[in-house]
Amino acid sequence: MRDKILYILGLLSAAWLTVNLYQMLLVLPDELRQGHIYRIIYFHVPAWFTCFSAFFVGAIASILFLVKKDYKYDTCAVAAIEVGVAFTCIGMVTGSIWARNQWGIWWTWDPRLTWAAITTLVYFGYLTLRQSIDDPAARARNSAVLAIFSFTSVAITYKAIDWWRTQHPGAVLDFRTGGGQIDADYQSVLYQNWGALMLLAAVLVVIRMRQESAIRAIEGLRRHAHAR
Amino acid sequence: MRFLQQTYTIAAKDLRSEFRTKESLNAAASFALVILLLFSFAVDPTGPMVREMSGGLLWIVFSFAGALILNRAFARELPNDCLDALISSPISPAALYLGKAIASFLLVLLIEVLCYPAFGLFYDINWTNNLPYLILVSLLGTWSMSVVGTMFSALTVNLRLRELMLPMLVYPTMIPALMAAMKLTTVLISGEPLSDNMIWLKLLIGFGIIFTALAVALVEYILVG
Repeated sequence: MRDKILYILGLLSAAWLTVNLYQMLLVLPDELRQGHIYRIIYFHVPAWFTCFSAFFVGAIASILFLVKKDYKYDTCAVAAIEVGVAFTCIGMVTGSIWARNQWGIWWTWDPRLTWAAITTLVYFGYLTLRQSIDDPAARARNSAVLAIFSFTSVAITYKAIDWWRTQHPGAVLDFRTGGGQIDADYQSVLYQNWGALMLLAAVLVVIRMRQESAIRAIEGLRRHAHAR
Repeated sequence: MRFLQQTYTIAAKDLRSEFRTKESLNAAASFALVILLLFSFAVDPTGPMVREMSGGLLWIVFSFAGALILNRAFARELPNDCLDALISSPISPAALYLGKAIASFLLVLLIEVLCYPAFGLFYDINWTNNLPYLILVSLLGTWSMSVVGTMFSALTVNLRLRELMLPMLVYPTMIPALMAAMKLTTVLISGEPLSDNMIWLKLLIGFGIIFTALAVALVEYILVG
């Protein structure tokens, strides 16, 4: 039954992404200055929002783990962060492609980009730390603390365009500017694509959580077998 | 009051044991001088470039040499199971952590005190233009480095790849503080006023406060569980 719900949600996100693709490629017009490359924003911004959301879930789950000592929260944290890292990579790659087209360079050391790179590195560090600790209790504890530490860089990345004058474009979405910076249709498709990517991320997180629970069960059995 | 006394005891113990063996201090000092020397081959040591990148150069030296000291903060307690004894002693984990952070802070500062004149000497730069502010930035930057480094030293103390994992985790997390310290140091050594760069000073202070609070609140989970 649960499998079926997961499949249905996965299919739903695929269908939603397809509808969005149709909208952005065939319905919406080109942007005046950027031409058709502007469409990358429909994946770039939602991918970053999705990874920020995933890291937020990871941080909250980590706090809950430290408070309640329940391993399901640790499972949730690692699943969310791993999926978050994947979306970070999507955000990085799409941003780079856009930059190459618009600025003529793949990368520049502007505060927003630098913080984004730092965030990526910090979370790669999280995944590496997890791999290098054998004891499950210490692994869960230490990585929970690291996840909370790491979330500070997410907050700075998000606010970087407000705190520094960046080459990276400033905020355009209504909830940050108060309106008037982006066409309503453009914005609506952007939010819809964020919804679709969030759904996809949620499905991936649940799948990853199941794997993690299975790994934990196998580890437990192995210890049990060694103990006998 | 008791908390402060415990913190002081741990810091004094760490400093005493470090000054008796000098194991990380000697290594960090010679490593810092080696990097300072190596940089003279990377850039023209007599050109104007050096002044422009002085902050970056110095803080890379401090953070590389500092990692050697920070690595020892908790690893020092591993032989003879001293860490278990410390954790089971009637000292709060936060005091244990803060004591170690203060000891590391003072040791890294000692390396910096050595490096500034050496840097001035090697590269013929007058680094004392804005000395009071330079001291302030060094104190703030080093405190940020020690807070994060000591925390991660506790995180990685039981790992086989400790020496590798610590820098891998510490440097990315420390970048905000390092960036601010580098920028401010360059400005101060060049003799420019600090007033145009207040955002970096705020960043440095904010980083120190946030990470000190986070570390003190969370260290118990790492050490005790």
